[in-house]
Amino acid sequence: MTVLEAHGLRKAYGKTIALDGVDLRVDEGSILGLIGLNGAGKTTALNTILGLTQYQGELKVLGRNPWTERKQLMRDVCFIADVAVLPRWMRVSQALDYVAGVHPRFDRAKAEGFLAKTTIRRESKVRELSKGMVAQLHLALVMAIDAKLLVLDEPTLGLDILYRKQFYDSLLNDYYDRNRTIIVTTHQVEDVQHILTDLMFINRGRIVLSCSMEEYESRYQEVMVHPEQIGAARALKPMYERQALGRNIFLFDGVDHQQLAALGDARTPSIADLFIAVVGNHSGETQGAAR
Amino acid sequence: MNTQLNAMPNAPLEAQAVTNAAVAATRPLYWSIRRELWENRSLYIAPLTIASLFLVGFLISTIQQMPKMRATLVDPAQQRAAIHMPYDVAAFVLLLTAFFTGAFYCLDALYGERRDRSVLFWKSLPVSDLTAVLAKACIPLAVLPLFAFVVILATQFVIFLLSTAFALGNGFSAVALWAQLPLWKMWISLLCAIVASALWYAPIYGWLLLVSSFVRRGVFLSAVLPPFAIGVVEKIAFNTHYFADMMTFRLTGWYSQAFVPMAPGAVSPADPLTQLTLGRFLSRPELWIGLAVAAIFLAMAVRLRRSREPI
Repeated sequence: MTVLEAHGLRKAYGKTIALDGVDLRVDEGSILGLIGLNGAGKTTALNTILGLTQYQGELKVLGRNPWTERKQLMRDVCFIADVAVLPRWMRVSQALDYVAGVHPRFDRAKAEGFLAKTTIRRESKVRELSKGMVAQLHLALVMAIDAKLLVLDEPTLGLDILYRKQFYDSLLNDYYDRNRTIIVTTHQVEDVQHILTDLMFINRGRIVLSCSMEEYESRYQEVMVHPEQIGAARALKPMYERQALGRNIFLFDGVDHQQLAALGDARTPSIADLFIAVVGNHSGETQGAAR
Repeated sequence: MNTQLNAMPNAPLEAQAVTNAAVAATRPLYWSIRRELWENRSLYIAPLTIASLFLVGFLISTIQQMPKMRATLVDPAQQRAAIHMPYDVAAFVLLLTAFFTGAFYCLDALYGERRDRSVLFWKSLPVSDLTAVLAKACIPLAVLPLFAFVVILATQFVIFLLSTAFALGNGFSAVALWAQLPLWKMWISLLCAIVASALWYAPIYGWLLLVSSFVRRGVFLSAVLPPFAIGVVEKIAFNTHYFADMMTFRLTGWYSQAFVPMAPGAVSPADPLTQLTLGRFLSRPELWIGLAVAAIFLAMAVRLRRSREPI
């Protein structure tokens, strides 16, 4: 089942084009990572999906138009927009009361269960909690909602490594199942690499790469090439070449794995390295076109 | 919600569906109003503080004035005026407090949530912008007036007890004092005043909510300067003051229309209900135009809340 479908999605703020004709399709059960630089259009893309901003083009989220049907959509969609959006004056117990009051699919006992695993006290105010605890609280609220789509925009920004790991672990272990869909944007790509099922790179308002993680692993290989093999490696047209610790590292797209293994130590590249390879190339192209 | 549904498993399905629909429609509004009260504790702290200060002032002045009053108040009309005064002043001061509390609440209501980005949390829940704005409008239009009414009643009741105690302590007859105080009628009159002022001020609250829904900074000036500027420009350009008159009438009109205006120095009549002119108040076109304008402002605020992003 398709959870989300967009065709020619466009959004401009004055002369700045934030989304430049994005086509998107997200299937049920996927965990999609949307990776991009600051200002690449990630948040704008998520805001259109969540009905927070108007857009041009076609967009259906769970079969609804998010701009005109935000309220109905929010029964089936949850989002954490930022680490710091829980109102600072609110008490933990009030947050539970309020969400239980307005959300027909909120399971309070479940939220209490998640909170019981943390050190968060019911009578604390959000302003008294550490940043990591606020993220835990928000996640507890969101995971207790029986939603079909969960959207996370930089949910772990500024959190230390322990909180980040806990955040994704509980998301995966206590929340995710094949009927739910998660879309996540983050700069800390190493945190999410092992949990994603699908990957998308966005740059300058366009999708520059879109593939499933299975495809990712079969297509892309990073090889630390033996010095004597450099010429052979270049002949295979790597998409990117860099140097680290005095060795040449090549990134290949769609080259036979056995052929690459002969050149040196081959492995699946990190998302960060592939991102630099793809987006680095692209910004070069656009600059070239501008000249 | 689930607990409530489980609590009535035997209710006929159809009736249950109807109840569910009604519950579903009003629950978000109810919880949105409750959360406004959690966030804005000044809504009840301000009237309570003013009421306590007033009572302290009343106590001190009564202790000081009592010996003098015994000597001077021989004329029954003057006596009545002296007895009524603290009740009227308490009501006036607390109504004014409620107005200012409501006005400042409105200025921050849709601005603060964008400034602290919590609007992103509110919008992540299935509560429409209409419900959110209506909940905020309910605070100055319904919650605060109701609360002000209760606080004024309590304050006047304390005044009643204190003055009775003083009367007895100073050799006055408590029965004679009570005869001067038609409390039930005063409270009906007060209720009318509170409802009339809330309806009359609706466009003011609507305007303040509208301003707070779109400005990026300087909410107070953005709300106050435009009407002020229009008045000044009109005065300079045409040497007229229609707009200023309109604004003055908007601030004072509910009183001058819903009650018989009292001449300066006049003594309040024995029956406060004879002062009520609700028919005249309800037939003022300004009342209905004001309510229509308030509705337009609120509708605009709903639209703006939908599209404005956090600051």
